[in-house]
Order: sequence, then structure tokens, then C-alpha cells
Amino acid sequence: MKKRNYTISIYTENNVGLLNRISAIFLKRHINIRSVTSSESEIPNIYRFIIVVKVDGEQIIKLVKQIEKQIEVIAAFYHTDEETIYLETALYKVNSKSLFEERQIQNIIKKSRANIVTVKPEYFVIEKTGWREETEDLYHKLKKYGLLQFVRSGRISVSKSSMEISKHLKNNENE
Amino acid sequence: MKNISGAEAVIHCLLEEGVDILFGYPGGAIMPVYDELYKFENKINHILVRHEQGATHAAQGYARSSGKVGVAIATSGPGATNLVTGIADAQIDSTPMVCITGQVASSLLGSDAFQETDIIGISTPVTKWNYQITKASEISEIFAKAFYIAKSGRPGPVLIDITKDAQFEILKTFEYKKCKKIRSYSSVPAMDNKSLKNAADIINNAKKPFVVWGQGVILGNAENEFKAFLEKSGIPAAWTILGLSALPTDHPLNVGMVGMHGNYGPNKLTNECDVLIAIGMRFDDRVTGSLNTYAKQAKIIHFEIDPAEVNKNVKVDVAVLGDVKETIKEILPLIKSKNHDKWIDEFHNYYKIEYDKVIDNEYNKKKGGLSMAEVIKSINNNTEGESILVTDVGQHQMVACRYTKFKLSKSNITSGGLGTMGFALPAALGAKIGDPKREVIAVIGDGGFQMTIQELGTIFQTKAAVKIVILNNNFLGMVRQWQQLFFDKRYASTEMINPDFVAISKGYFIESSKVSERNKLDDEVKKMINHNGPYLLEVMIEKEENVFPMIPSGSSVSDIRLE
Repeated sequence: MKKRNYTISIYTENNVGLLNRISAIFLKRHINIRSVTSSESEIPNIYRFIIVVKVDGEQIIKLVKQIEKQIEVIAAFYHTDEETIYLETALYKVNSKSLFEERQIQNIIKKSRANIVTVKPEYFVIEKTGWREETEDLYHKLKKYGLLQFVRSGRISVSKSSMEISKHLKNNENE
Repeated sequence: MKNISGAEAVIHCLLEEGVDILFGYPGGAIMPVYDELYKFENKINHILVRHEQGATHAAQGYARSSGKVGVAIATSGPGATNLVTGIADAQIDSTPMVCITGQVASSLLGSDAFQETDIIGISTPVTKWNYQITKASEISEIFAKAFYIAKSGRPGPVLIDITKDAQFEILKTFEYKKCKKIRSYSSVPAMDNKSLKNAADIINNAKKPFVVWGQGVILGNAENEFKAFLEKSGIPAAWTILGLSALPTDHPLNVGMVGMHGNYGPNKLTNECDVLIAIGMRFDDRVTGSLNTYAKQAKIIHFEIDPAEVNKNVKVDVAVLGDVKETIKEILPLIKSKNHDKWIDEFHNYYKIEYDKVIDNEYNKKKGGLSMAEVIKSINNNTEGESILVTDVGQHQMVACRYTKFKLSKSNITSGGLGTMGFALPAALGAKIGDPKREVIAVIGDGGFQMTIQELGTIFQTKAAVKIVILNNNFLGMVRQWQQLFFDKRYASTEMINPDFVAISKGYFIESSKVSERNKLDDEVKKMINHNGPYLLEVMIEKEENVFPMIPSGSSVSDIRLE
């Protein structure tokens, strides 16, 4: 079966060690996690992990079942790229000299719709949010001007269809 | 309760959960709890094992014979890591167990303190749930959750790690409420009437239906419902090794064991049935052989409590999710009364072939060295099928499970999924304590026996009347068999030069004898059974006996070999 990117959304309780428990599921199956993000979700004190993996259609179903089986996981969902709206944020730290000396660099920033976050005498920082190809593209363009640091966040995404997490919670509470 | 220590709170939690037996080993980081155990020794019996691994296997044996949650307790560091094998075994065999470990004081966490180990990190992949308590105020809620999680739904092991300061901390008030639900956890999936009806339709229209059942029937206490289902539908049924004893051996619909060393008929006919009904089992690779050639012709119905097991190894046509006690009861009125005598005859025909080629030669052996099957036959003749069989891992395990006759459920205790050598001796001790009225017979190979041999000390100290049968061939027999069949008889590191087991047993003040002659076997077994107290019988068996039938690893169930 063909491998593709899947975005797994996991709603969990806020407990120490849960990331370890979830990542162990991938480790046991020798599956590399491409990106992981975690933050509080739309429901207070319930956390949402977003994990991107490249696997086949059968593997993703089995993975999500194993994740859902964990006691402190409220629910887990998976989506293809087409089924989600997703972004990543990248930060680029560039030598300030190039900002003042290279005209071109200002055009690049403008064209790629990136923002300058901060400017210091020694360096300045650019932020770009978008798809992987866009942050990648900006990376290649800025590279020749001397990138001091580059970092990209894990994917954040929302699904196009609803993930009825509140309903899940209610069902379990009423059991 | 007011002004009690965290350690005392632990004891009250255990009492609230009805725990009266602990298997454990003390040490620095768990001493406050042991100090409380001293005060409560008239309410909780602590069994001092000789190694923490023994505590987990004893707790497993206890859980499997009693149906209750087994509890093991140990200190931090090596005490905790020594539990890991038993925890992994309980996880893969769905045994309800709560393990309690001491931990260094919370202020020292992460400092590489003496006997500090990250047991939460280590045990995470092999526990159903685990938690580190750093404040006494957490104890009550966490213990309640732990017991609920361990025994509900598909059971499994839970580990609670408690820092030493949380054990010392004084709680102003303590109260205990049993846990009945957890919002993020659904223990039993909802039953779906449509799939029940679909399953019933397929079963009612089947010409050659075949049931394979597993431990789910026992864990769900569904033996009666299961038997009623079989008797009404007239469907022949075979067991996985962990399902063994849920249905009496001599039940006319019990056609034997599936899997690598299972019976000839059930394996062959897996690939000839038109409907395969899997009940409380998980299609382990030792059951299915090659998945590419497993029951491809059949419609498959899976009664299962754990949604993650459905379509994991074998794609099914209908999944009936839920507790088998409920789902089997619900499907019963939808099932038509039938008999499948002609189809069952096919099993009997294969049995005759197996009997002539394999069973008769070993079960009724007349000359040459003693066979493992003969020993089991003698045990059968002297126990009337009412004892509990505990086996270790290897050839003796397969032979004992193939030939032991059972009348009662919860009578077969073995390490199935993990295949843990060393399991049987401590598990037998736990099984005896879990069901003291029943005879417990541990059948163990000479290899596995030496992996937890120190638990003879625990058996001696507790006087638990466990009957230990060592089948000694001076070989790691199963590995040797594979070396003979698949590695051109290169017997790499499988021959064992063994100590005098009888002398060792005597050293532990456990009555003991040794037998190697056929005409003395029955008398020795009788002597062992009639002995009031623990007993060790060493039986010298044929050195190079092989276990057949056999499905070579990775082969199809229909390629099962008789020789």
C-alpha cells in the first residue's frame, strides 16, 4: 500500500508522561514521527497533540486504534493533507548587514509575505507561516545571505470535518 | 480517617479494594509501606518472594486462579526493574495486576540518587497505565483508578510508583472512593445490534462453521454463555493456549488446540471451514501461522472486547465488539439450533490420523525413555481433571497443554504471549494461594526451573502445597528441536549439565523424589499428589523427543507436520 502523510490529532488529559506513552507506540513499530506539536485545545485542560507520520492506509488505522486505547487519550483522529488546513511557522535569523547592504533581501521578504519580527544591530529575525514548501522556499532564498539560525515548528492543523470531542467526553461520562 | 501517613493510606487503599495478599520484596524506598504492613499483618498477608520477578509471576498466578487483581510490591531501582518481565507478561496475556514500587524522594528525582531508576519510563510500553505519586494527597484517587483500570475491560498491569516523601507525608484527612469510570477511558465498547444480527445470519447459514476461542471467555467469566452457544449452534470449537480449560476437555464439541503445536484437525480445517468464529482471541502469529494463507476461504466473525485487536492481524467480515459474556448471551436467541455431525466427523478423522502417528506413540509409550506425554497421562489418572495446571515455556508446556484433561475453568496457567521461561514456579505458588482448595501442579522443564529456582524458598516458607514436576531432558528442548529441524542439528548451547534437583529441593526442606523408570512413574506421581505439602518430582525423560504436530514458523496452518 502507498505511504502518504497523515495528520493524527490526539485529545488527551494533561498528565506527565503521556507524550512518552504516545511516542512509544510509534517506536515499537519503528515508525518515524515527522513532526509533533502539543498545546492546550479548545477545551480547558484538555491537550491536543498533532503528529505527522508517513505511513500506509492500513498502518494509520492500527496506529490510531493503539493510541485511542491509552487510558488518558480521550480520542484520536487521522486525516490526509486534503482533509485538513495546516500550517507551519519558521523563524530565520539573518545577519543585519545583509538587510542594509543587499537590496534584494527586502524584496524577498515582501514577496514571500514574511514578517520581520525584530531588528538588532547584529541580526534581524524573519517569521514566515505557511506550508512546508513556502517556508522551505524562503529558506533557500535566504541561505545565500548568511542564515545564522533557522527553525521550523511542527505542523499545526485543524480538520475540515468536525472532531466531536465534547460528545466523546459526554458519552464516557454518562457510561 | 485523619492524620495518617501516605504509607498507611496505601494500606487502607489496598484493604478497600479487598486485597489480602501481597507478593513482594522490601527495600529502602518502600520501607514506610512495609512498616505499615507490619502493623496490618493480621489483615494483609505479605508473601516474601526471593526475587521481584517472582512477585510478579506469583501475582499473575494468583490473578489467573482467583479472578482477582494480583498485587506485587517492590522497592525502587533494581526492585522495580526486576518487575518488568512479569509486567510485560501480564500485559501481553491480559492479566489484571497492580504493581507498587517505591521511589526516591521527589526532591531527588532526576539526580541519579541511590537506587533511582525511571520506572515510569521503563514500564510505559508494557503497562495498561502507570503513574508516579509525589504527594500523599494523590494516593487515594490513584489507587482507585489503578484497580479499576487493571480489572476493567481488557485487563492488564498497572504500575504505581510512590516517592518516599509521599509515603512519609501526613495526610490531614483520608477517604477512599472506588473508581467506576474515567472520562478518557471506555472499558467496554458499546454493543451494536446490527453486527450481532449480521453475525447470527452468517452463523445460521454456515455449512462448516468453526469456533476458535481464547482467554476472553475466561476473563469475561463467560464459560456458561459460551457453552450454551456451542451446544445450541452445534459448532465444533478449538482453543488457543490461553483459552484452554474454559470448556471441559471431554465436551463433544471440544476438538482440541489450534496453533503451532495444536491438534491436526483444528489446524487443517481452519482452511476448510466456511465460517470462522473467533471468540475472545487475538489471532496471535503462533495461532495463525502465515497470515497470507490463513482461513482465506472463510467468512470471519470476531467477538472482541478490544477494538484495537479487530482487523489487526486478520481482516474480519463482522466484528462484534463488547464483553463476550454480554455479546454471546445476546446472540444466543438469534442462533438456530443445529447439528454439524458430518462436519465434526472431519475433525474426528483427522484426530485418528494424529492419534496413530503421534498421540498413541507418546501417550501410550511402552519402551525406551519416558515421554513427556506419559507423565501427563499419569497426572491425569491421579487428579481426575480437577487440578490447576501451571506450565513454564517450551516443549513440556506444549505437551502438558495438549494432553492434560480439564473439567474446570481457570485451570490452565501459562505464559502464552511473552513465553517467559521461569514463569511457572512462582506462578504456581500464586495460583495455590489464589485458590487454596485446589491441587496445583506445576509442570516445568529443567531449563525454566533454574530461571526462578530461588522461589523454592518462598514455597518452603509459605508451606504452599504446590506439586512441582520437572520434566528433565538435560536440554533446552524446544530450542534443541528447532536446531534439529531447521539448523542441521547444530545444538548450540542447548545441552544442560544440571544439578541434583532432588538435593536442592531437600535443601529447601521440600519433599522430593526422582524417577526414570516407566513402571515406577505412576506410584511416584501418586505419592506426590497424596503428599500433604509441597513436593518436587523430577522425571528423567527421553533426551531428544520432539513435539508434533508442528506448523513450522511462517508456514500455513494447512502445512502442519506430523513428523
